[in-house]
Amino acid sequence: MAETKEKSLSDKKPKPRVRPIVRLGIFLISHSFHVSVVCCTAGVLALFLLPVLAKNTYISENALMPGSASPMLSNQHVSDGNRLVKDLTNPNSKSSETGIESHKIIAQYMLDLGAEVSFHKFHPQMNQFHPLHFFSSPDSGKIQENYSCSSYGINTVGIIRAPRGDGKEAIVLVTPYNALKSGFGEALSLGIAYSVFSLLTQVTWLAKDIIWLVADSQYGEYAAVAAWLREYQTPKFSSLSTPNAEMCPDVNNLFELKGHSISGSKFSNSFRRAGTMAAALVLKVRDQNEQFEDTISIYAEASNGQMPNLDLINVVNYLAVHRQGLRVNVEKLWSLLNSSWLKSLGEIFESLAKVAKSLYPKWKFGIPATEYVEGTATLASSLYYQALGVPTGPHGAFRDYQVDAITLEISPKFSLDKVWRNDILLRGGRLIEGVIRSVNNLLEKFHQSFFLYLLTSPSKFVSVGVYMIAFALLIAPLPMVAASLYVDANSSSNCSKGDSSTPSAITDTDEHSIAIRSWRWLNSAKLVFIVHLWGAIVSLLPYFISQIPDCSPTTSFMIWVLLSILSLLTLNSVLASPLACAKATQEKEWALVKSVTISSVFIGLGLMSVINFATAEIGALLMVPMCLLAQPLKLDVRAGTLRSFCRMICNLVLGHIAFPPAAFFLLKGMLDGFGNANVGDFWMWVESLWAWNSATYLFIGMVQLPCWVLCISILFHTC
Amino acid sequence: MELSFTQGRWNYESWGGFDPIPSSNAKPPGVELWAVFDAPQHLIDALWKNLTHTLSGLFCASINFLESSTAYSAPEWSFPPASGKLRYGTLPREAVCTENLTPWLKLLPCRDKAGISMLLDRPSIYRGFYHSQRLHLTSTGSGSEGMDPGIILEQTLTVVLQPDSQRASLAHASEKHIQPSWSLSSIFGKQISGRCVLAETSNVYFLLDMGLVAELEHIHKENEKSEEYVLISEKFWNNPSFELSAKPDRIFIEESSLLSKNASVLYKFEIEKYGESEPFDLGLFWKTPVVWLCQQAPLHANRFLMGSGNERGAIAISLKSTQSSEGFMGSNSNDERCELRVDVFQVVPWYVKVYFHSLQVFVDQQPKAVSDIIEKIHVSPSKDKVSPGVMELVLTLPCSVSSAVLTIEFDKGFLHIDEYPPDANQGFDIPSAIVSFPDFHARMVFLENDSLNKSPEKSPVMSYTEVLLVPLTTPDFSMPYNVITITCTVFALYFGSLLNALRRRVAEEERFLKDKG
Repeated sequence: MAETKEKSLSDKKPKPRVRPIVRLGIFLISHSFHVSVVCCTAGVLALFLLPVLAKNTYISENALMPGSASPMLSNQHVSDGNRLVKDLTNPNSKSSETGIESHKIIAQYMLDLGAEVSFHKFHPQMNQFHPLHFFSSPDSGKIQENYSCSSYGINTVGIIRAPRGDGKEAIVLVTPYNALKSGFGEALSLGIAYSVFSLLTQVTWLAKDIIWLVADSQYGEYAAVAAWLREYQTPKFSSLSTPNAEMCPDVNNLFELKGHSISGSKFSNSFRRAGTMAAALVLKVRDQNEQFEDTISIYAEASNGQMPNLDLINVVNYLAVHRQGLRVNVEKLWSLLNSSWLKSLGEIFESLAKVAKSLYPKWKFGIPATEYVEGTATLASSLYYQALGVPTGPHGAFRDYQVDAITLEISPKFSLDKVWRNDILLRGGRLIEGVIRSVNNLLEKFHQSFFLYLLTSPSKFVSVGVYMIAFALLIAPLPMVAASLYVDANSSSNCSKGDSSTPSAITDTDEHSIAIRSWRWLNSAKLVFIVHLWGAIVSLLPYFISQIPDCSPTTSFMIWVLLSILSLLTLNSVLASPLACAKATQEKEWALVKSVTISSVFIGLGLMSVINFATAEIGALLMVPMCLLAQPLKLDVRAGTLRSFCRMICNLVLGHIAFPPAAFFLLKGMLDGFGNANVGDFWMWVESLWAWNSATYLFIGMVQLPCWVLCISILFHTC
Repeated sequence: MELSFTQGRWNYESWGGFDPIPSSNAKPPGVELWAVFDAPQHLIDALWKNLTHTLSGLFCASINFLESSTAYSAPEWSFPPASGKLRYGTLPREAVCTENLTPWLKLLPCRDKAGISMLLDRPSIYRGFYHSQRLHLTSTGSGSEGMDPGIILEQTLTVVLQPDSQRASLAHASEKHIQPSWSLSSIFGKQISGRCVLAETSNVYFLLDMGLVAELEHIHKENEKSEEYVLISEKFWNNPSFELSAKPDRIFIEESSLLSKNASVLYKFEIEKYGESEPFDLGLFWKTPVVWLCQQAPLHANRFLMGSGNERGAIAISLKSTQSSEGFMGSNSNDERCELRVDVFQVVPWYVKVYFHSLQVFVDQQPKAVSDIIEKIHVSPSKDKVSPGVMELVLTLPCSVSSAVLTIEFDKGFLHIDEYPPDANQGFDIPSAIVSFPDFHARMVFLENDSLNKSPEKSPVMSYTEVLLVPLTTPDFSMPYNVITITCTVFALYFGSLLNALRRRVAEEERFLKDKG
């Protein structure tokens, strides 16, 4: 109101006309408080509205034509697959210590089909922290000197050449298999893959080569697939370690046996390749399950929140639901399913939709409350796994090479006796066959559908255009508040100056001081820069700590915290000493610091939203309120009103929550219960983050942690 | 001049790579055309363009795409009929179908109405694993004595078919595995009834591969049949291992094979003797399972892409020694400095920008200096949108080599928006590399009483590598609309503010306002 009055006053005087865009800017800046409140609530609301706004998926690429051909997988192939399952689960095959026997069986089966077979021997590569390896493309791996004969895995690879194809492209089918302690599920997944494989050797429609990779999962599924892909895409020709490996007796033994198999020409111990990979499917069968239906779970998240093309998920979903009668699942946060507040929120939305529909019948945007709850749970898990940046299965290895891949996990409903086993083999096999046939139809690589999306159910998605709105609303107040704080800090000091001196007489010295004052933000910028530098150092520290041998996670974490604090103090004393004198003179110093902090957070969040949206969204939910509310506690205490008291409480709570380890423990406690929380867990979590080259780690170290430190320093600012 | 249309891949490992059949008839997928011009240098390119357009019209194929200078190259010496006047081009993506076969048949005197060509039943041909039609034109110059000046046209159709879900080849009738019995009528669904009236000779040859003959002899010895050389005897067509339904007119045995022990056996059937009433139908019925290996080229060539992403990558050509090559080596391995010469000819399109300095050679998994291995190299770098890059190499490898790898790095270029093909998102093809072994000659000389000699010409053993698919960066093709909107907005804002700033004088305005006030 005061503003408008002032404006009406000033309008009477002939004043230079301000252009509308500038006037709008000034208006927004002057009302930054209201604007930011409105924007933030709208942002959070929009996030909760996403399940309502989700669209149904549709198959965008016409060439896929899923389900247009009737499945050719017959009982003959199923019984073939059954034979393999029996042979593998046969106790005789497990007599060997290294499980080579079962690999031989698989290879023999592949050879009998007329496929080309080769073994790929790999040494599990330990994930190591390379400080500068974020975002870099996967390299061919270092040569490690101390390979021992005992630790290697064997991938069995079978390749069908498309009879009339030109061999430029290939489809990969992966079945993880641990020969040492395989459950029945793994054997069954091999059975499904084998029955499909035996069909594909006979069909005439094949245009792309088929690669069946039986990944030796004794060192983890991901490691095996990643090792094979590394060899496939970036082989090392001058390997010094291979001669060592060849000396190992087991390996030679393995190759010997194959030598005198009947069709020796098809087997070779060299690495075999087919063309460019078009898509990859990872197939698993779960051993135990409590489901009431045959379900199939889709895992799609790869490293750093990358997703495969939506069309791949669509095809699987379409074929599973409409052709094979399987229920399709995507990962959910189960704890959210029972939350009552979410249910009530869903009911509110539902009733709102009803009201809207009664007003105008064409408005149909409501979804039932239960569906809303499920959608939110799925969305939350989708966000969570994308934000984590750690792939949810072996398919993640493919995404590093720009190959679209998903993991399908079949969980059958009944105990796996004969009849039901056949049924699962048939249906699972037909599903895989259908997907392969669809991908085989593709002339071009997957490019039609979305790559940036969040799933709210297997058949519903939120595309980038929609979910960005929530994020944009959330971070929109940041630049405005920063600008208004800056303007405030400058003008207030101006005013104080103006009071002391007569307004008419503006001397040179004053102009000089104004010039200095307008550059005063550089001091705060320096502080912010130092804290960010510290953040970079903190995120590098684990590399050195991990070099210390025999360290339990808890002690490592403690060392990390100690070193971080130490480095902060040193940096402060070395670099920030001139700040102290500047601080004394400026009373509005904290406002400038806050303004610079907010702008740096804005830049950080904006950058992160490009790299990994989910991380940025979750980070924004934590950091935006904290940044906006931060105000020295002393001021609040001095004011003593209810409003400032509330703000103080909020600040304290947020100051605790937004501290990354605290946020982690809170989240973990919410998901698993607080009972088994341990200080070392955070260290382990961080370790897993950097092992997967997750950008989330960088975000936490270089954006969130400095921001938290700055906000805390504002809170305890002496003014 | 030679033109070939091919569908499918020749499987060098199981169909052999040393005989004259794979060496001269195995071709890369799609269209391959080369021609030697007897014309002055400056006219050759124009003549090539004429030729491509003519052939394109004749064969209903898009050979005219070879006309642009980005599509063909001029190898200096690595391609077998080496001369500076050679032009070579391939279209790996050309789909081959009956519309290409029909014009090819029209060149035959009786088309597919009589003679052997009656067998060419389209569905059965195109159901096979591999088929390649080849047209070879040589002009006999007027200078050569005893020959009328003219043009010799040689037409070859190579088909690999599968009888009852197993594979066999018409050309050399090799079979696999459980060996299904076959006959011409079961494979093609047709029989030959009489020869084409215009044809001078019309014969069906049936070749027993060297390896197969050796294997059969082995079986015979095990059976203690005591008939020493059943193979040559007239009764051979009805022996314990297999049975032929027709009696061959003549049997040839390969004369000078490198492996002195074994020799291929060739059966000749003259079609003239058969007529409408008694159609010719050759059949083979196996009695015992036999497994044999076809003769392999000394090194098995394989080519693949390395790296990922849209920025750069590398091409690797790997040469692996095949088991059978040890036999070849054996003959000269007494020599200390035994060397195996390998020619590599590789054409890369201009948008795959190869860095020739990054050529690396690994022999038996050890990095080698390029100069040690490469005897001769000829490189013509690509020019953007003008000419493809050509690399010709002569490698000398030690005979004991078990594997050799050549790698060369490249950057992926950007194309102009209208240079993208309609299916740009599939990726772009790098044509097959040609790996040839000039020290080895694929030929078979058959001992004969008469003068006729089969495959008298000496052609080096050649093999083609796979076609590679390079995914390039493709623009979003719906983008132009978005780009237009965005650029227009940016331009409007820019010019608006610029004009505003130019037109307005702030100081003057203020003064004006003050005066008013």
